[in-house]
Amino acid sequence: MSKGFGGPGGRGGGMPDTNRPTYQKLSGKRARGVALRLGTYILQRWPLFLLALALTLFSNQLALMGPSFSGKAIDAISSPLGVQFDVVEENVVKMLGCYLFSAVLSYILSVLMIHISQSIVYSMRKQLFEKLTGLPVGYFDTHATGDIISHISYDIDTINTSLSHDLVMIMSSLYTVIGSLVFMWRISKPMILIFLFTVPASILFGRWRATRVRPLFRARVKKLGGLNGYAEEMLSGCRTIRAYGREGEIGDRFDERNKDTMDSYYAAEHFGALMFPGMTLITNLSLTMITIFGGILYMLSQNGTIAEASIFFITLGGVAQFVQYSRKFANPISEFANIINELQSAFSAAERVFRIIDEDPETPDAPDAVALSHVKGQVDIDHVDFGYTPEKQILHDVTICAQPGKTFAIVGPTGTGKTTIINLLMRFYDVNDGAIYIDGSEIRQVTRNSLRGSYTMVLQDTWLFHGTVFDNIAYGREGATRDEVIAAAKAARIHSYIETLPDGYDTILSDEGINISKGQRQLITIARAMLSDSSMLILDEATSNVDSRTELKIQEALNQLMEGRTCFVIAHRLSTIKNADCILVLQNGAVTEQGTHDELIAKGGFYATLYNSQFS
Amino acid sequence: MKTVLTYLKPLIPRMLLGISGKFMGTMAELFLPLILSHVLKDVVARKSLSDILYWGLIMTGCAVVAMVCHTIGNRTGAKVSRNFVEKLRGDLFHRTMRLSAAQTDRFTIPSLESRITTDTYNVYNFVMMMLRAGVRAPLLLLGGIFITMFMDRYLATVMLAVMPILFILVLTISRKGVPLYSKVQKSVDGMIRVVREDTQGIRVIKALSKTDYEHRRYDAVNRSLVADEKRAGITMGLVNPIMTALMNGGIVAVVALSAGRVAAGQSDPETVIAFMQYFTLISMAMMAVTRMFVMYTKCAASAARITQVLEAPEDLVVQSTQDYPDKQPDAHIEFDHVSFSYLSHRNNLQDISFSLPRGGSLGIIGATGSGKSTLVRLLMRFYDTDSGSIRINGRDVRTIPNDERCAMFGLSLQHDFLYADTIAENIRFGRDLTREQIVQAAVTAQAHDFISAFPDGYEHMLAQKATNISGGQKQRLLIARAVAAKPDILVLDDSSSALDYKTDAALRQALARDMKGTTVITVAQRVSSVKNCDLILVLDEGRVIGSGSHEHLLATCPEYQEISQSQMGGAFVE
Repeated sequence: MSKGFGGPGGRGGGMPDTNRPTYQKLSGKRARGVALRLGTYILQRWPLFLLALALTLFSNQLALMGPSFSGKAIDAISSPLGVQFDVVEENVVKMLGCYLFSAVLSYILSVLMIHISQSIVYSMRKQLFEKLTGLPVGYFDTHATGDIISHISYDIDTINTSLSHDLVMIMSSLYTVIGSLVFMWRISKPMILIFLFTVPASILFGRWRATRVRPLFRARVKKLGGLNGYAEEMLSGCRTIRAYGREGEIGDRFDERNKDTMDSYYAAEHFGALMFPGMTLITNLSLTMITIFGGILYMLSQNGTIAEASIFFITLGGVAQFVQYSRKFANPISEFANIINELQSAFSAAERVFRIIDEDPETPDAPDAVALSHVKGQVDIDHVDFGYTPEKQILHDVTICAQPGKTFAIVGPTGTGKTTIINLLMRFYDVNDGAIYIDGSEIRQVTRNSLRGSYTMVLQDTWLFHGTVFDNIAYGREGATRDEVIAAAKAARIHSYIETLPDGYDTILSDEGINISKGQRQLITIARAMLSDSSMLILDEATSNVDSRTELKIQEALNQLMEGRTCFVIAHRLSTIKNADCILVLQNGAVTEQGTHDELIAKGGFYATLYNSQFS
Repeated sequence: MKTVLTYLKPLIPRMLLGISGKFMGTMAELFLPLILSHVLKDVVARKSLSDILYWGLIMTGCAVVAMVCHTIGNRTGAKVSRNFVEKLRGDLFHRTMRLSAAQTDRFTIPSLESRITTDTYNVYNFVMMMLRAGVRAPLLLLGGIFITMFMDRYLATVMLAVMPILFILVLTISRKGVPLYSKVQKSVDGMIRVVREDTQGIRVIKALSKTDYEHRRYDAVNRSLVADEKRAGITMGLVNPIMTALMNGGIVAVVALSAGRVAAGQSDPETVIAFMQYFTLISMAMMAVTRMFVMYTKCAASAARITQVLEAPEDLVVQSTQDYPDKQPDAHIEFDHVSFSYLSHRNNLQDISFSLPRGGSLGIIGATGSGKSTLVRLLMRFYDTDSGSIRINGRDVRTIPNDERCAMFGLSLQHDFLYADTIAENIRFGRDLTREQIVQAAVTAQAHDFISAFPDGYEHMLAQKATNISGGQKQRLLIARAVAAKPDILVLDDSSSALDYKTDAALRQALARDMKGTTVITVAQRVSSVKNCDLILVLDEGRVIGSGSHEHLLATCPEYQEISQSQMGGAFVE
């Protein structure tokens, strides 16, 4: 009933993962398309797959032959002439051989299937991931991280389960059902009639299970997810709840949800309770009928009423075999509905994966694109219009002319397009109208790598990955040496801190491990930027304060980083703004004021109002 | 395990019903092969058609009885486990919510979460399995052994010899295999981490043209996940073939050995047929028993983790005024040489003293990690001080009963808590507040306008963590919640950082207008948020390095000047 011990999808029988998406059934046409495409992954491994097919058939054939030898052995034991030891011996040896060999083959088969499915899953994940990194930044701005992760984990896992489990199940079930029917046909044709009852009963039972009961089980997983989500949400607010003394009320609400969830658990279990007994009932009833019909036929065969040549003739061994085959026969039939359901889930999971694989990548570099080199740092933004969606324009007719080595502070209220300018400079997005030039070259006419490589970028969300401090800093330049990394860390005023970490530069930065402060994280990203020898800098200043000593270090490090570079700073600190060569005031997507601090104060416009508001 | 099992006590009568259902069902199942062999051996020999039909009827009866009894047994089992885990989980949640802040820190929130979710689920599963298979399997095992012993002691012994081998092999494999799956889970987490990191850092990756590097990084985790999955699958894949081979091997042995015994007249072929049936039943039962052993380990660990929370001692009990005597209430809030540390190796607050009159305002400013929020937490008695005392109206906070203390405060904390419910409910927060009070609070908090702009107004549903409204809107809702019950003391911890300067100014005016007589404590990183306070404390690494009014501090405190100068006021800050 379950997939045995933690099958491929089971992960050792833990809690059902309540984040797992529910898959809708695809229409016939779409399902066929997906099936064909999935089929190509299998076809690429056709020798292994053929081998698996052969193993399936062979091991099932052996398992099917076992009972027939045992029947012969029993006939030899119950022979009216006395026990025929040689026949018994021969059949016992064959039986043992069949069973052992079949077990070995089925193990080899399962190893082979794990191998095939893992190889497919590996290349699918690889393909999906490499596709993802080639997508434009816009994809990540419009798709939630959780959804992306869900594709690469749950969807592929669902496909994996289906490949490694269902495929073999279908092949071996089919073979077993047909095979045992053939064997039973040989033993006694009239007794096959028993299955006129049990087969429809199994099919109906299986269908009822797949269509009526499974949804209840799925519903309860959702409910449990809801309850767990509620518990997590409330726990995250436990401090506030405690401060207001609301533990009782929140507890009562949890009780309601808990009761509701457990009711839905019970609703599913109410029917679930019937599953195993129901299956057993069908098996037992078929055993009963075999006993009755087999008993009668055996009785009549023994006393000679039924001639040995008659199709009604049956021996004791025949009855014994029949009992065993009937067991083999019944189980797969009730499983069919379940497998079909799982296949449908796998198809719709695969469709979701293929949809990403089919997304449009970043537009490739123009064929005649040149690589920028020896960039001086002259940046011209020329009458640029831009909007993330056609309906909503963010920047209108922005023109900025930045000379090499100068610092430009971009200020303005939230949502006026400050970060959008960065997105355009780096070509994370392309302008709708107008153009951007670096040293006179239109940026769509140069290669992306060289364009992005001519900037150094320090963002306000410090991005560090799971890896050593060294790896995180060296990320700034391919092939940076230890000495260069240390020099960069020294320049970023973080070297002595790193030295105090348990493994120095080899300390692994992780969520669970070393707890480094926000300020130190910033310094590490600044160290990373120090490694770059680009001539332009994009800096998104952090808004939150860190302690004054670290703050001072960050300022010093940034000043060093800004030296000699053309800088675009989304500025929050007064000192940065005041020291800028030019302040660009952005309001509603347009540059409304431009000039030095003193010029703008003298002008008495928006900037002056903002500046003076702090003294009001 | 013991504490958790006491939750089953009130359910014992129902459990007994379930167990007897399973018992009768199992008995009925056990009779079937016996009857089969009886029919083939004795009834057939009697050559009576009606006898065969008669026994057939009895078999049908047994099959139906087995189904009905098992279903009843399973259903009561489900009911018992349902009631059991509902109570257990409910109590666990209630206890968790009542843990003190220090206890919560020690357990950590993720761990408490997994105790409420995963651990209760593990225990539920185990109880459920015990009430179903846990009754049936041992009964089948014992009953099967008993009957086969009765039929042919010699063959039964041979067959039983296989059982310990099966048990030990499967248990060994499972013991090896289950940890392998935990390893797979770890690898999955590692794989997901790279995807998450890259999704979030895509700009940096593209800026530095690091896609190839990331492909290599992903390939490494992808490969190790594949390797772990293979190892786990290949190990656990052994279980089924071994089980089938041993089961069939036992059957072969029975057939082989029975030949001699039948020849010697000690047995008969019909017994062999019944044996084949029993052997299948017994092997299945053995598998189930093995599985229970594997699951027990997991369940016991979960039960222990649950017990730790349930039996956590009561913390922060209300102390008597004899130990902490009242003083003359000459100030509303008074800190008297307060020191505190979270983990007792570094003082998070050191020797803090100040007093604030009723209706006064206090501003606390300092860098991240300077102890601002800690000070507020101590005032609300999330933690007890290590030394010194905190008094409200002259009473030591340790002597004020919880309900009374909670009623004094309104607070809006940093990263505070909004949850998936209506806006009105988020402001009401389970308290007894009228609609007027809620709307009035929203007006004070400058939230009324944006709330009214929603088509469903105050009934607008927030998403989890209120992701469907902006940061500034969140802060205003939190302030509305804080002021709704007209508290004595209003704590605003970094609660207007996302507001633009106009809204911020309007908010401050409204607070001054509507909250007269309320003592207000404002924690902030920005000078502009605190500069109008009667008293401002400048904190650095847990110490007060300056206190007084804005003008006084500008004149006396260099750090304060520095902060003041480096900031451009609210307007430029997002």
